[in-house]
Amino acid sequence: MRNETQVKKSGFEPKILAFCCNWCSYAGADLAGTSRIQYAPNVRVIRVMCSGRIDPTFILRAFQVGVDGVLILGCHPGDCHYIDGNYKTARRIHMLKKMLSQLGIEDDRLRLDWVSAAEGKRFASIINDMTERIRALGPFVR
Amino acid sequence: MAKLKLACYWAASCGGCDVAILDLNERILQVADLADIVFWPIAVDFKHHDVEAMPDKSIDFCLFNGAVRNSEQEEIARLLRDKSKIMVAFGSCAHLGGIPGLANFNNRTQIFERAYLEAQSNDNPDKTLPQTSSKVSEGELELPEFYDTVKALNQVVGVDYYVPGCPPPVPIISKVIDAIASQKLPPKGSVFASDKSLCDECPRTKGEKKIKKLYRPHEIIPDPEQCLLEQGILCMGPATRGGCGALCIKANMPCRGCFGPLPSVSDQGAKMLSALASIYDIDIKDEVAMAQMVEEVVDIAGSFYRFCLPTALINRRRM
Repeated sequence: MRNETQVKKSGFEPKILAFCCNWCSYAGADLAGTSRIQYAPNVRVIRVMCSGRIDPTFILRAFQVGVDGVLILGCHPGDCHYIDGNYKTARRIHMLKKMLSQLGIEDDRLRLDWVSAAEGKRFASIINDMTERIRALGPFVR
Repeated sequence: MAKLKLACYWAASCGGCDVAILDLNERILQVADLADIVFWPIAVDFKHHDVEAMPDKSIDFCLFNGAVRNSEQEEIARLLRDKSKIMVAFGSCAHLGGIPGLANFNNRTQIFERAYLEAQSNDNPDKTLPQTSSKVSEGELELPEFYDTVKALNQVVGVDYYVPGCPPPVPIISKVIDAIASQKLPPKGSVFASDKSLCDECPRTKGEKKIKKLYRPHEIIPDPEQCLLEQGILCMGPATRGGCGALCIKANMPCRGCFGPLPSVSDQGAKMLSALASIYDIDIKDEVAMAQMVEEVVDIAGSFYRFCLPTALINRRRM
């Protein structure tokens, strides 16, 4: 866990937007909560039915309105409730990362990962890791 | 009815829009019957001070083409806005930022260095760069300020109507002229084009879209009947507003997206990226294939935002 003095020193608390799919990752986030696993409070979760629902526009819009990092969490490959939604997401995010690099947005600010409904711990560690990476990068300034 | 007063202006653009107006051919005579041209630097000899001397709102409509990238263009855009009842953003550059908007991948310093110092055709031993003012023996000379960021017209002044296209096709220009002549104008803010995507009016046969590889137009000879995207050619049709009559498609060339995003879409590039990544039929665990996919779209941001970077959600590269 982060300690208080560290936060005061940098004075910057990252704002991270996490899109979680309804069937795996959101349930994983729920499990982290019901298991009382502590994780960084820097994340705002938006539930979507499938990671395939996440239009790249949402991600660009998030950056435009001042989010410091965007996290996309979906079912593990092969586990998608809608069969291939997460495959499409994987290709989109891969392509979007190249586009963001052309727009001067650091690679670490966008992350795609897989969290199943049984992986509460994994959810918490991804949030913590992402928070520290964004903290190191500093705020997203347009 | 008294004759209408018409102004045209050319800011940061190639001049093709002005030529497109002349492409009306004999209909240009109707324009001359309908309106007096009070300002059009390429065609008639009225000057800046003539426009300044006009009363506010005395010009009935102004066709403004080109993006705004320097202080002179901004000044004239503001002047013409004050003097015109109807301001029309004419062509992709005024509408969305257009090709000059791609300069937003760089800033002024980089552009000046490339254009005045690095370019092989330069002969500039003193490394002179454009200055807003410079002293010479005759006195002080001034140049407009070159901006870091290119803007679309509606990011500088209020715009009443948009005419998309690079350049706007003649049938659409005719429609605009007819609308103004008959005083039957659509609601303010309207775009003179279709509200559906180009695919809706594309004459090609469409099947299931799955591609393994993307080709650049010079790498294959496309079938003239089948959807270009299905043949692995990057066609911006799905993410582009229709209304052009599928001109490029009919010439066996892919759509480049000059009509801009559909009415409910805020970011054309993101939509096209989404569409293209969805139809790639490759295994996401195959790292080589995934890396190749990104390489195949040779310049992702430049291709998807070819005409609309200044009006995209992230409208320039962060420096």
